[in-house]
Amino acid sequence: MNGGAPLLSVSDLRVGFVTEAGRVQAVDGVSFELRPGEVLAIVGESGSGKSVTAQTIMGLTRSKNSRIEGSVKLDGEELTGADEAHLREVRGERIGMIFQDPMTSFNPVYKVGDQIVEAIRAHRDLSRAESHQRAIALLDSVGIPNAAQRVDAYPHEFSGGMRQRAMIAMALSLEPDVLIADEPTTALDVTVQAQILRLLEDLNRERGLATILITHDLGVVAEVADRVLVMYAGRVVEEGTLDEIFYDPQHPYTWGLMGSLTRLDRPRPHRLPQIAGSPPSLLELPQGCHFRPRCPHEFSKCPQNPELEARLPEVPGHCDRCWLTPEQKREKRQVEGQIGLEAPS
Amino acid sequence: MLRFVVRRLVGMVFVLFAVSVLVFVIFNIAPTNPAQRIAGKNATPQLVASIEKEWDLDKPLPTQYVTMMKKIFTGELISYEGRENVNDRIVEGIPATVSLCIGAAVIWMFFGVLFGYLSAIRAGGWLDTSLTVLAVAGISMPVFWLAAIFLNYLCYKAGIFPSGGYVEITSNPLDWASHLIVPWVTLAILYAGFYSRVLRSNMLDAMNEDYVRTARAKGLSERRVMSRHVLRNSLIPIVTLFGLDFGALLGGAILIEAIFSLSGIGEYGYQALINSDLPPIMAITLFGAFFIVLFNTLVDIAYAYLDPRIRLGTEAP
Repeated sequence: MNGGAPLLSVSDLRVGFVTEAGRVQAVDGVSFELRPGEVLAIVGESGSGKSVTAQTIMGLTRSKNSRIEGSVKLDGEELTGADEAHLREVRGERIGMIFQDPMTSFNPVYKVGDQIVEAIRAHRDLSRAESHQRAIALLDSVGIPNAAQRVDAYPHEFSGGMRQRAMIAMALSLEPDVLIADEPTTALDVTVQAQILRLLEDLNRERGLATILITHDLGVVAEVADRVLVMYAGRVVEEGTLDEIFYDPQHPYTWGLMGSLTRLDRPRPHRLPQIAGSPPSLLELPQGCHFRPRCPHEFSKCPQNPELEARLPEVPGHCDRCWLTPEQKREKRQVEGQIGLEAPS
Repeated sequence: MLRFVVRRLVGMVFVLFAVSVLVFVIFNIAPTNPAQRIAGKNATPQLVASIEKEWDLDKPLPTQYVTMMKKIFTGELISYEGRENVNDRIVEGIPATVSLCIGAAVIWMFFGVLFGYLSAIRAGGWLDTSLTVLAVAGISMPVFWLAAIFLNYLCYKAGIFPSGGYVEITSNPLDWASHLIVPWVTLAILYAGFYSRVLRSNMLDAMNEDYVRTARAKGLSERRVMSRHVLRNSLIPIVTLFGLDFGALLGGAILIEAIFSLSGIGEYGYQALINSDLPPIMAITLFGAFFIVLFNTLVDIAYAYLDPRIRLGTEAP
């Protein structure tokens, strides 16, 4: 995992939006690297800035109301300052993207195949017929039965899972190096979710496709991710490998996420644990640690801002933003014999 | 599809029947006496009575209605005023009305879509603001007032355009156009303003759609995203509006035709109204209603082509 230069490196990315209510810092200093073949999961609640981060990589959040700072480098090439024409070449061609709701992500008035053809022809000098053939092959490769006929169907004639498969086919139509999957399974049935995850996993293995998987579902993360970023209120609060995050989580917010997972291998809890309160408004962020108001373990140091840094000397890649000592963390995260966040007293 | 058309045709018959009964009843409630009018100011009661007999006005209302409807569909309807064949007069008026409507429609669709599109892609900018002011002004100016202003300044004072009348396109296309240009523009301004506003707001809504984000993420150029994804989907409601407005206008653009004396169906209807001349009022109302219903049906058919999610004649999936 550590070998090779990063394919995509994001450093100190900040995205702010001017809204009627005031300036909102949706992403506040996010950094990460993505290597070829790696699956990076970005986990967090709604409003944690994970989707904004992903869309900013593609330059999709640019507008006169947004301010983007920091750097996004693809193969060493800066994207945040790049002009639109250059970004257009990156979109689709170098970075493919799939979205949460496959129901609304296709234009309802065009045939699925034509929308894939449109993506191909935006980048390649291929004839309509050639692109059409290619669209069929792509649909076939993502497991759509009868692709030669289905290519001429309209999006509403597809089921949700099929549409997400078609979306993946479209995102892969130009063989990008990076795939950004923004909540790809959220809108799908559980059985279909598993199929889509398996598909993403296969693609990642077969093609060495580097993937950024954005989700709020730790179950999904456990299935496919190599590395995990946990985001909260625009910041990364914990970062590490899948095992580090799952077996030795350092940040109380991560504990909360883990504690609220439903697990079939544990006795059924009286009530599904949840993290008390709701994420803070980005307009009125608490000083210091943003998770402080919801954290039962808050103490005198928390109003100071904890940096994202390695706090376990033996694991330099595992970083978090929490002032508790590793020993305190190990003790406090045990709730009824498993990892969790106790209710604030 | 066939089922849909048949259902619509049956519906059309009902609508036309209802409209005709309504017009007939309203006319007969109104305090006018056609026989008295036909006979003239100093008519003797005998003359009035003989006219009533001649025109079947002494018969009960339902009989009168049936006779009138029969005459409309056999083309034998005669007007009270001037005793002309109503069907012939309507047919004579068709070229002027159709010329007016098509010309105006081309202008208003072109400018409505153009201004709406520019407004939407420059939303919030100075171009959007200027076009908004223009559109709202266009919508707010009453047609009769605008027509009078144009007639006074462009036709009478400046003398650039003829002040009314209609020239057959077959006799002189240039003359035809020069007689129609002011009526076209007058009529188009209202609709262009309205359409551009509707299109603008449709497009602003469409820009937030997920499929637009998908289109951008594919690496399409902004122009292609706007024209193929945003504009294309936003035009669907415009088609409905257009069908309804155009259908309604074919029944006669009464104000414009009357002001510019275009001798189309609308002007004929205007004269008939002034003279309380029931036969032409009835025929023209039915004629107009027919087009409204017809274009409604055409709009529904067009919809199915524009939006593949709509399938005619079948239940929703």
